[in-house]
Amino acid sequence: MNHKWAMAIDLDRCTGCGACVTACVAENNIPVAGEAEVEKGRLMQWLRVERYWDGEYPEANAVYLPVPCMQCERAPCETVCPVYATYHNEDGLNAMVYNRCVGTRYCANNCPYSVRVFNFRDHTWEKPLDEQLSPDLSVRSRGVMEKCTFCIQRIRRVKETAAAEGRAIRDGEVVPACVQTCPPGALLFGDLDDPHSEITRKLKDPRRFRLLEHLGTEPRVVYLKRQKGAGL
Amino acid sequence: MSGGDHLARTDQAALYHELTRSNLPATRRWFLVTGLLALVALWGAGCFIYMMKTGMGVTGLNRPVFWGSFISSFVFWIGLSHSGTLISAILRLTNATWRAPILRGAEAMTAFTLMVGGLFPLIHIGRNWRFYYMIPYPNSRQLWPNLRSPLMWDAVAINTYLLGSLTFLYFGMIPDLAIARDHATGWRKKFYAVLALGFRGSHGEWRRYHVASTIFAILIIPVAVSVHSIVGWDFAMAKVPGWHSTIFAPYFVTGAIFSGIAGVVLVMATLRKVYSLERVLTTVQFENLGKLLCMMSLLWGYFYFAEFLTVWYNRNPEEWEVFRSYGGHYLPLWLSMVVCNFVVPFPLLCMRRVRRSVPALCLVSLLVVAGMYAERFLIVVPSLARRNIPFIWHNYFPSWVEFSVLAGALAMFLLLYTVFAKLFPIMAVSDIQERLFQATDRTMGGATVETLAREGSGEGGHG
Repeated sequence: MNHKWAMAIDLDRCTGCGACVTACVAENNIPVAGEAEVEKGRLMQWLRVERYWDGEYPEANAVYLPVPCMQCERAPCETVCPVYATYHNEDGLNAMVYNRCVGTRYCANNCPYSVRVFNFRDHTWEKPLDEQLSPDLSVRSRGVMEKCTFCIQRIRRVKETAAAEGRAIRDGEVVPACVQTCPPGALLFGDLDDPHSEITRKLKDPRRFRLLEHLGTEPRVVYLKRQKGAGL
Repeated sequence: MSGGDHLARTDQAALYHELTRSNLPATRRWFLVTGLLALVALWGAGCFIYMMKTGMGVTGLNRPVFWGSFISSFVFWIGLSHSGTLISAILRLTNATWRAPILRGAEAMTAFTLMVGGLFPLIHIGRNWRFYYMIPYPNSRQLWPNLRSPLMWDAVAINTYLLGSLTFLYFGMIPDLAIARDHATGWRKKFYAVLALGFRGSHGEWRRYHVASTIFAILIIPVAVSVHSIVGWDFAMAKVPGWHSTIFAPYFVTGAIFSGIAGVVLVMATLRKVYSLERVLTTVQFENLGKLLCMMSLLWGYFYFAEFLTVWYNRNPEEWEVFRSYGGHYLPLWLSMVVCNFVVPFPLLCMRRVRRSVPALCLVSLLVVAGMYAERFLIVVPSLARRNIPFIWHNYFPSWVEFSVLAGALAMFLLLYTVFAKLFPIMAVSDIQERLFQATDRTMGGATVETLAREGSGEGGHG
C-alpha cells in the first residue's frame, strides 16, 4: 500500500507562535543546543519558523514561514550521500538511517532549503529530562546528520494499527507532532494518493506555491500564500 | 655496450655523490629539523583526536557552512599534487631536455601532497571511525557505496592517482636505485639492491624501461586531469549557487597546475639551497618553470574573468549574493587572491630578470601558493554562507583546532619529504647523466653556449 504523504502550510493562519517547533523537539528526541551553540549557527531544531518583514516601519508586517524538510520527490540530498544514509522510502519520504551516516555533510550542502541539522557534539539530557526521551526513536550521536521525518514513527504506528485491524488508513489518522500542536490550525497533513483526502482538496487552492520551486526538487510541502494583512 | 663505459662509470660515481648529498649520514641539524616537524605533525594529530572525541563542534563550522577549512585544504593539497607527476609526464613525452633535474623532486612532491590531501576528507567527516562505510566491502547489509555521489568518484580517482603516482615515482627511480646500489656502502647497499630489482642497465632493459615509462606517462596524464576535474565536480554537481558551474572542471585543473608549479619551484629552490645542487638545478630550470607559471597565471586569470563576467552580467540573484559577499565580508581574502594570483605574478613573471632570479621566483611562487589557498577557501565557504535562503546566512571562521590540524598537515608533508630525501636519490641521476653526455659547451662569438648532440633519445620517446 503506497502513500504520498504531503503537508500544507497555510500562511494566512500561521501566527509564528513556534508551538510546532516545541512539539517537534519533544516528539523527536531533539537536543537543546544551548545559547552559545545557537549563536554559532548550530541550532538543532528540525523545523524553523522564519520571520521576514513586509513593508517599512509604521506599516511593517511580520511574515512567518515555517520550514520543515520539504520531503522532495527529486531530493538533491539523496544522490550525493556516498553511503546511502539518506534514501527515498516506499512512501516517497526522504528517510535518514542514522547508523549508516558517516557525516560527510554533503547532503546538508546540497539541500537548497538548508533544513538538515548536524550533531556537532554529543548531547546530553540532564535528569530528569532524559525521562521524556521517546523510545520510538534513537538518540543521535555526534557526527550524524538528522532532519524532519514527517514523524515517521507515527506513520509506522498508524500503518501497523490499520494492518492489524485489516483496514485502510483513514484520512487524518496520521498526524505529525507539529500538525497536532499548531494552535491556529495552519498545518495540514495527509495522503495525496487518496483523492478524497482533505489535503488533496486543499492543494487545489489557487494560493498554493512551493518553496524554491524553480529548482525542480518537487517538494511535498506546499504553502498557501498569505492574502490578508496584519491582524488577520 | 661500447668501450666508453669505464669512463662513464668513474664519472657516474662522482655525479652520484654530488647529486645525493641528501643521503649523507644525518647531522644534528637534520635531526633538529625532523624532530621539530614531527612535533608539529604530532600536535596536529593530537588536535584531530581531540576533535574526533569531542565532535566537529570544536571547529568553526555551522549551518549552513558545513564545509570549511578542511575541504579547502583538501582541494588545495590535491591541487598541489598536480604539478609533479603531470609536469614530469608531459616533459617526458615532449622530451624537454631541461627536465632531468626536476623529475624526481616533482614526482615525490605529488606522492606526498596526495597522501596529505587524501587525509582531509577523512579528517573532515563527522564519524571518522566509520570511514570504511565508503569502501566497497562485502557486508551484512549487502550495501555498496553510492556511486551516484561525487564523493565516491573522488575516492576512486584519488586512490587511482595515488597508486599511479607512487608507481610512476618508483618506476622512474629504478635506474637510479641501481646506480645507488653500485656506489653505496653498508646497509644502504642492501636497501638499494632490493629496491633496484636487479636492474643492470643492459640495452634490452633500457629499451623496455623507455617504452614502459612512455606508456606510464601517457596513462598518468588523463588520470591527473580527471582527478581535479572530479574534485571540481564535488562542487559543480551540487545545487549550490556559486558552485553549480560548468566551468569548474577545467578551472580546477588549471588552478591545480598553477599552484602545483609554484609548489615545485619552492621545493626545487629548497633542495638546491639545502643540498648545494646549484650546478644541476640551474637558472634554465627555474626560468622554464617561471614561464610555465606565467602562462598558468594568465590562464587562471582568464578562467576567473570568464566565470565572473557571466555571473555579473546575468545578475541571477542567488549567485549574485555570493559574488556580492566577495566585495563585503570576504573582501580582504578576495583581494589577496586576485593580487597574489594575477596582479603581481603575471607582470613580474613576464620579466626575464624575475624568472632568472631564484629568490624572486620563490617569492612569486609563495604568493601564488597563498593566493591559491585563498581561492580554494573562497570557492568553498562564501557559496555556503550565502545560501538560497537569507534567513540562515551565517559566516565562518576556522577555530584553533582547525589551524592546528592544517599546520600538522604541512609539517607532515615536509617530514615525509625530508625523510624521503634522506633515504632515496632525490635527483634523477641517470637522466641527468644522459643529459650531460649529450651536452657540450661551445663558444659562439663571445658567449659560451650549451649545445646538445641530439634532441631526445629516439627510443620510446616518440613511440
